[in-house]
Amino acid sequence: MTVDNTIPTPTGSATPSGSAASAGGGAGGPMSTSSTATRVLGTISLVGIAALVLFGLVLSPPDAKLGETVRILYMHVPTVSTAYLAFVITAVASVMYLWKRTEFWDLLAASSAEIGVLFFALTILNGMLWGKITWGVFWRWEPRLTTTAVLMLTYIGYLAVRQIPNDTRTRGTVSAVIGIMAIINIPITHKAVDWWRGLHQERTIFGTVNPEMRGLQLFSAYLGLTVFMVLFAWLLIHRFRVAWLTERAADVGVDAAIAERRAERPSGAVTTPAEGGAS
Amino acid sequence: MSDEAYIAIAWIATFSSVGLYSLWVVLRGRKLSRMVPPDERRWL
Repeated sequence: MTVDNTIPTPTGSATPSGSAASAGGGAGGPMSTSSTATRVLGTISLVGIAALVLFGLVLSPPDAKLGETVRILYMHVPTVSTAYLAFVITAVASVMYLWKRTEFWDLLAASSAEIGVLFFALTILNGMLWGKITWGVFWRWEPRLTTTAVLMLTYIGYLAVRQIPNDTRTRGTVSAVIGIMAIINIPITHKAVDWWRGLHQERTIFGTVNPEMRGLQLFSAYLGLTVFMVLFAWLLIHRFRVAWLTERAADVGVDAAIAERRAERPSGAVTTPAEGGAS
Repeated sequence: MSDEAYIAIAWIATFSSVGLYSLWVVLRGRKLSRMVPPDERRWL
């Protein structure tokens, strides 16, 4: 894969990235989305994942009721908890966007939703694998799974709406409304096991299905939750910065195109009012 | 397929998916950082 090693500038010229970085020195800005905070979070995540593999797959004993399948729950429960957190952040950031109308909140909402969809897809996958062992089928249209599918489709729709070509403000407003409305699905999905009879077991850690879960099992479950929360924080910071850079790169591209157009124009040509205010 | 195989698929699929997504995000961040003027990278 070839990478464009130039930094287009608003004047239409291009600077080699290496020289730009060296010219800027320490104040030139990082050449990635990393920072001290992300490096710390990333290190904690990697150590945590190693510990989770050790405790979740090796040291933790099989469950009295669930047997070895409890090890899938060490993935299933943290991913769904992280996905819920991501969707809540999307909703809060959407509210903040409608209030403040700043790009920060719009991009934060979108970044969190994308990560949430990833984790929720993994939740469904892990649930299907657990279901195959326990129920004998990957999927049943029972209340919890049906509401889960609706929740997943809602957030896929949210991300799809953001891909529709539109001006930034309209895109932000429409997606913010969806991001706020979609959060209603979370309590419905979460409480589906209490409200309707179905195949899905009740809540695992804070519920009644496995009150005897203790010792290394409970430790592995909480370790999984902690590790995935830290991992989510690391991912969210990076993803937000990528979203921010994507918007800035688009701005640079527009500025460069305008400058190039002006450079092609004869020196005595008249500038239209629209072009005059473009930069 | 044995229970252990399903458990292995669950763990491998989870960490490989998150790993690939993380790699995509980090590499895209590096690529975009080269395209954007330093003063626009505001998280310093």
